[in-house]
Amino acid sequence: MKSTFTIFRFDPAVDKQPRYQEYAIDVESTDKILDCLNKIRSEQDPTLVYRASCSHGICGSDAMVINGHIGLACQKLVRDFKTANNFVIEPLPLFNVIKDLIVEMDPFFEKHRYVRPYLINDDPVPKTERLQSAGEQKTIEPALRCILCASCTSSCPISRANPNYLGPAALLRAFRYIYDSRDTAKGSRLAQVNSDDGAWGCKTMWWCTDVCPKGIPVTKCIGQIKRAIKTAEKKR
Amino acid sequence: MEHQYDVIIVGAGLAGLRAAIELGEDSRVAVLSKVFATRSHSGAAQGGIGAALGNEEEDNWEWHMFDTVKGSDYLGDQDAIEIMAKDAPHIVYELEHMGVPFNRTPDGKIAQRAFGGHTSEFGKAAVKRACFAADRTGRVILDTLWEKCLQRGIQFFNEFHMLSLIVKEGRCSGLTAYEMATGKIHIFNSKAVLLATGGAGKIFKTTSNALASTGDGLAIAYRAGAPLEDMEFIQFHPTGIYKLGILISEAARGEGGILRNSEGERFMERYAPTIKDLAPRDMVSRCILKEVREGKGIDGKDYVHLDLTHLGEEVIGEKLVEIIEFAKTYVGVDARKDPIPVQPTCHYMMGGIATDADARVIIDAENTPFPGLYAAGECACVSVHGANRLGCNSLLDTLVFGRRAGIEMRKFIHSTGYPKVPSDLEDLEAAKIRFLMEKNGSENLGSLQQELQSVMMENVSVFRHKETLAEALESVRDLKLRYQNVGVTDKGSCFNRNLLDTLELGHMLDLAEVMLLGALHREESRGAHSREDFPDRNDQQFLAHTMVRFDQQKGPQLFTKPVTITRFEPKERKY
Repeated sequence: MKSTFTIFRFDPAVDKQPRYQEYAIDVESTDKILDCLNKIRSEQDPTLVYRASCSHGICGSDAMVINGHIGLACQKLVRDFKTANNFVIEPLPLFNVIKDLIVEMDPFFEKHRYVRPYLINDDPVPKTERLQSAGEQKTIEPALRCILCASCTSSCPISRANPNYLGPAALLRAFRYIYDSRDTAKGSRLAQVNSDDGAWGCKTMWWCTDVCPKGIPVTKCIGQIKRAIKTAEKKR
Repeated sequence: MEHQYDVIIVGAGLAGLRAAIELGEDSRVAVLSKVFATRSHSGAAQGGIGAALGNEEEDNWEWHMFDTVKGSDYLGDQDAIEIMAKDAPHIVYELEHMGVPFNRTPDGKIAQRAFGGHTSEFGKAAVKRACFAADRTGRVILDTLWEKCLQRGIQFFNEFHMLSLIVKEGRCSGLTAYEMATGKIHIFNSKAVLLATGGAGKIFKTTSNALASTGDGLAIAYRAGAPLEDMEFIQFHPTGIYKLGILISEAARGEGGILRNSEGERFMERYAPTIKDLAPRDMVSRCILKEVREGKGIDGKDYVHLDLTHLGEEVIGEKLVEIIEFAKTYVGVDARKDPIPVQPTCHYMMGGIATDADARVIIDAENTPFPGLYAAGECACVSVHGANRLGCNSLLDTLVFGRRAGIEMRKFIHSTGYPKVPSDLEDLEAAKIRFLMEKNGSENLGSLQQELQSVMMENVSVFRHKETLAEALESVRDLKLRYQNVGVTDKGSCFNRNLLDTLELGHMLDLAEVMLLGALHREESRGAHSREDFPDRNDQQFLAHTMVRFDQQKGPQLFTKPVTITRFEPKERKY
């Protein structure tokens, strides 16, 4: 089947303004959107660029806007769209565009880094594993699905309005360590996100949860952080 | 632009990051990667990491060692395999201490499950040895190690593409790299370089590998004079999703999944009566294709069914989450109710840059080190996997030898100064890039790439034969000639993927040639290398590693290296 792809193009060396370029290609209904982009690049225009690697929704490289919706190009198939012969492909919003569909991700990873995304536990290391119940491990399971694709943060209306807001992805990482039974810094972690730029910035608009390609209940996890902050304050 | 570090690590997957963590406290170390660190292909590993913890049932490292030796069809070096099996529990506990969120047993220990070829008491029955975090084990280990590196303040050069190794008087003194965002050439001067660049599955049409798996590190090391070892051994994982190659973890069978032919028969019972569907990957892949040849593929086509319908919600919902989603997303199959269509997919290279058990790259059959050059992970051949790797031994390999690389490099960098780097390197590399960019080629990059992938898929996959191998070698050599006429269309300097694709194809063509030379030379069937014209293993002639070194004048030179046998004498391999 013939399909038209209208793709956002921007080359900082040449273009003053972004432009849209149309490509007509043959597609199968079972093709991934990424397959279509690869086909365009291989057969028609090798100058078109985007990030992609694993091609099955685990490395988190290829989040973009497909027909107005944020998604992974390797996880969405042609048949998933009603307008299967007409696609509009754009870069993730929120971030600066470097070239075509490639955006500047540094601000995203700086926020990730801010939440101290590593286990803090200065107790002497046991000879074997630290014990953790299956239930405790399950508490953080939703956050372990995160592939750092930035879909949630780039969709978040608060992140768009407040550049200082940590955003859903970084808060989800905070959640992952706050609720890890092996971590000993829960108190200071909660204090760190107890602000309007932290957990309270979230106005439960659910956009993050809607777009997450891994089905993570991001908004709920942030809600759990808020409750934990309140509980900690009551105890004080 | 010039940089100086004690150690440059190329590749930000598990081997590279584990080495970085080992060195990070007291050495100047930088990690260079052509993709952002967390996009590395280690993250696609699903099923688990093998270690004889004995958390679920009795186990010990010696059984693990034996299984690995037998799985390797006796081509693995037993001294190195012993190191790996012995180190394994410590490596896994260390990961747990760093924060890796493993699934847990009812008493709070790391949970383990069965995997192909892993047995108790030297082959008596399947044993639960794979430590796992659902079916995203690689991803959570990758995240944890990367985050540990952030904590340690390790310097990353993300989206930098290695161009060449700097070798002077036989010593590696750093590398040159291309910054993708700007097109600038960078010179990295270092006392040691660790190559941890992963595999090269993209040489084949159907693969579970990422777009980035183009074997750059191997090809660049090969061009710099390092021999490649056992490159003819390429693992085809039995259960890739039909046509797509997306991996359905062996964990699916470890948790009780069953392969069935068009008659609904559990055919693996016939081929491997003891461990059935949990036979090693080379065997299962061959068995699937035998069924297909006998007309027992589903609907007469070249795939079979992986049946998980009997596993129950607890297993599917908690341990096989990702693969259930893959089946739903990509082939519209609800694996709770219907079987998944599967066929073998190119998955892993047992071969690689020849190293010793301390990750030192070696240049000959006497294990003479290549000073300053190290390799670990899939791009290296220690060899712990021999002719066939067992499932859940690859993550283990990356971590055991990544760590050992770190330890060895620390010793090395404290014993030596910075080697000198020629002053005109930046100009030289820039001239090479300019040459490629200015060339107006008559050949299309995309079609050359596809031709290579088809030739290799058709002739160098599960079954091989002299005639078709020779034809394939001719085709690859022809493609190499045509490659000289490929032009780069994109003339820009910002994220010029076209230029990088061109470089990558050059790497893959070199490697394809080496794979074919090895496959033609090895006139026997061993592990993943199955010759229809030589169906038996021939220990008398071929119980040896294949080494291919690139000579600037004479081209590829093949020689062999003896296999180290310590505890287990080669025997017939039955399961």
